[in-house]
Amino acid sequence: MAEAETPVAPEKPAPVRVYRHRLPARIWHWVNAVTLLILLMSGLMIFNAHPRLYWGEYGANFDRAWLVIGSTPDSGYLRVGDYRVDTTGVLGRWTDAEGAEKTWAFPGWATIPTSYSLADGRRWHLLFAWVLSIGLTLYMVWTLLSGHLRKDLHVRRAEWSPRHIWHDMKEHARLRFPRGQAAARYGILQKLSYIGVIFILLPLMIATGLTMSPGMNAAWPWLLDIFGGRQSARSIHFIAAWALVLFVLVHIAMVLLAGPVNELRSMVTGWFRLPPEREERA
Amino acid sequence: MSEIILPRRQLIARAGGLAAAAGALPLLSGCDAINDAPAVRKILSMGEEMNRASQRALIDRNALAREFSRADLSPYFRPNGTRLPAGAAYAAHVARGFADWRVNVTGLVARPLSLSMTDIRAMPQRTQITRHDCVEGWSAIGQWTGPQLSDILAAAGVKDRARYIVFRCADRLGDALYYESCDMVDALHPQTIMAWALNGAVLPIANGAPLRLRIERQLGYKHAKYVNAIEAVASLDQIGAGKGGYWEDRIDYEWYAGI
Repeated sequence: MAEAETPVAPEKPAPVRVYRHRLPARIWHWVNAVTLLILLMSGLMIFNAHPRLYWGEYGANFDRAWLVIGSTPDSGYLRVGDYRVDTTGVLGRWTDAEGAEKTWAFPGWATIPTSYSLADGRRWHLLFAWVLSIGLTLYMVWTLLSGHLRKDLHVRRAEWSPRHIWHDMKEHARLRFPRGQAAARYGILQKLSYIGVIFILLPLMIATGLTMSPGMNAAWPWLLDIFGGRQSARSIHFIAAWALVLFVLVHIAMVLLAGPVNELRSMVTGWFRLPPEREERA
Repeated sequence: MSEIILPRRQLIARAGGLAAAAGALPLLSGCDAINDAPAVRKILSMGEEMNRASQRALIDRNALAREFSRADLSPYFRPNGTRLPAGAAYAAHVARGFADWRVNVTGLVARPLSLSMTDIRAMPQRTQITRHDCVEGWSAIGQWTGPQLSDILAAAGVKDRARYIVFRCADRLGDALYYESCDMVDALHPQTIMAWALNGAVLPIANGAPLRLRIERQLGYKHAKYVNAIEAVASLDQIGAGKGGYWEDRIDYEWYAGI
């Protein structure tokens, strides 16, 4: 490093752009972003009408609930099984924008509408359930017909190896994301997450939602057998909703860590700039 | 269904609807203004129509709600809504064991009826153990006994023009007596009964004594309690505010409550 010659800055190679997301995927992504938020917030409103969850076919106030969000005269709490945690200010007892103390389970900022209305929560929820169901069905057909499933989401044999999965987990934990051509493809953890959401979690939400419908119970009584009764279906619906929330939070965190501008642009225009390969250092 | 909610929505909707959303309101009230805007209400109500149309297409008109065994009964069947109708008239009926209770079957019928509880118990009976689903989310399983509504309607000779059956109740909630309605598909469904017994005993007051509707493929608020009149009509326009039920007219619950 002792040469006296003027150092020449290495020429920055032009970024390589790849067309990563096709139009149906982009449309479905943004429709879902809005739909899932509305379904979550209106769902929390519906939950507020009876903030207790049960296992089995029946369950009401005098029956044993496995999850309760409740209030005492001066606090709010969440009870799961025998484990109880104080949640004053957030769940069970909180203060609304006008400073009034409320004892609904989920606070107004988390629900649609803000003030208690089971009727309106249901209207939003049961309309956007259609948007979710129709969108998911169309998207599933598209992933099959377009080859998206086979080419991009299909997990290859080599990817199933525990070594490979462990390696990808370590790389994620170190925030070392794929660069170069590798960034144009999904990693194993991404594939498993997307497959899990598209083919397991979202269909589970729709199926457990339908299981709560007394009309659908008459048409398809086997739904009750699959989920172990209407109240079990309601509990699974609630748990799966939070699994989706977890997915979205991790998804957003990964977008922020991997480069939010490039990632967001690719989900709007379809075009993704491949991050250049790391320079090898001796 | 135990809450009485003031029609704040109507007030806000009249005060400006969507325009309010564009105003300087904080974000959350902005969201609520969207919720309250007439155009949005119209779009939201499409969901109910889609649910009604799809369920009517998908569900066989005689498809039965699941029936359970006595081992499945809820230890305690939770009452909801009115637990004791107010007023001297109802109290007098309770004192006489509902001996003078009358259920009038009127409207578009060939032979208007005035049935006593003895008449109702003398009809062919159906007993069913079914799950009751409240719109709030809870469920309770109970055993119900009573005549099929279809038998009562047949006895009265319902005319072909009748499209809905309206149920009038003796319990006053806020400003009006409770009322509900259903279409002829549910009215003639084999499990739609006028129940006078719960779990093998005479119907308790809290659960709707002396007579309540069971309409097993819909949510709890459709199951009118304290029924004293059954009316066949061609349209719901003249019933309450025209949406077919007490809560439907007041807080916009869906008239079709199959989901």
